[in-house]
Amino acid sequence: MEWKILDNRPIWAQLQEQLTLRIIAGTYPLGSRLPSVRELAAEAGVNPNTMQRALSSLEGSGLVAANRTAGRFVTEDRERLDAIRMEFARSRMEEYLAGMETLGFTRDEAKQLLMEEA
Amino acid sequence: MEENLIVCTGLQKRFGNAAALRKVDLTVGRGKIVGLLGPNGSGKTTLIKLLCGLLQPTAGEIRIDGQAPGPYTKSIVSYLPDRMYFADWMTANDLMDFFEDFYKDFRRQKAEAMCAALGLQMNQRIKTMSKGTKEKLQLILVMSREAQLYLLDEPIAGVDPAARDFILDTILGNYNENGTVVISTHLISDVEKVLDEVIFLKKGEVVRQDTVDHIRETEGKSVDALFREVFRTVPYGEYMPHPREWDCAAHAPEKLEPPARAENQEGGDAQ
Repeated sequence: MEWKILDNRPIWAQLQEQLTLRIIAGTYPLGSRLPSVRELAAEAGVNPNTMQRALSSLEGSGLVAANRTAGRFVTEDRERLDAIRMEFARSRMEEYLAGMETLGFTRDEAKQLLMEEA
Repeated sequence: MEENLIVCTGLQKRFGNAAALRKVDLTVGRGKIVGLLGPNGSGKTTLIKLLCGLLQPTAGEIRIDGQAPGPYTKSIVSYLPDRMYFADWMTANDLMDFFEDFYKDFRRQKAEAMCAALGLQMNQRIKTMSKGTKEKLQLILVMSREAQLYLLDEPIAGVDPAARDFILDTILGNYNENGTVVISTHLISDVEKVLDEVIFLKKGEVVRQDTVDHIRETEGKSVDALFREVFRTVPYGEYMPHPREWDCAAHAPEKLEPPARAENQEGGDAQ
């Protein structure tokens, strides 16, 4: 997965989102140790302080826990992860529906089209 | 160790009648990567040269780690000038000897490892290197010091995008974590991701100092977009945009009033 930083939002928030996606996708499996702040920052080509802020905020959401000596670990709480996965899925669906609306499709038409496609 | 690495108060620099810096009050903390941003002639290089003690202020004061620029500050400041200042008959190896003699915080092994990673021959003369290679070599030398303050004047100007990435990665991977890096540039979109903080210089004055993410949060746009807005100048010409179309009329220059839009004879109006 590539790191992508867009123009219109704070960088740390975008990093947090992409870290979450990587956890959902299993790039960083449940219970595994995350790379260090410096490594992650270098990989994404961003300032280490910004990456630090993204990771702290991930800790706040309960997806990641810091162990004082051993670094940061991905949660082992599968339910928590599934809940966050659903949040992402909902927001993707909203984006789809909003996009279809600008193209002039009603919700029902959009649903119908998606069913035919999938 | 002072908490603030750089403190400038009422700093002014004039060259004859021309004021390069009008009145700069500035505080920069530690452990940060700071962008010094402004168009050509806004005073970026002057400020950096004052910080390294190459120029004397006309008025005001500079403190680096609590001290005025002098032998102590030079020992903790690593400076990358905006142009090559080495004799071109020298080789990479000669330069390393030079740096080793001058700076006790120079880590030669590190510099050599970085040159090797780049495939740079140690016995190659500067004269025979491309512009990009020269820039990279200089940066390697400067970043191989364990300094507290790195002052990088236009480190990515005039090199190709891949070389820019190399240079930015080198800065990110090698600065001392308690040290601060000041990068002057006008290529903002390239450096924005690596910066904590930005300082906007306009005509010799600091017009804004803020963190990158705070700007994005409050303005809803990138630092690059904000820069284009703050420093927008309207070119003179027949097809100047009508004032209504300026999305940032507040920043338009006061004096230059665009003429009323000429009647369009061709019919097709450039919207």
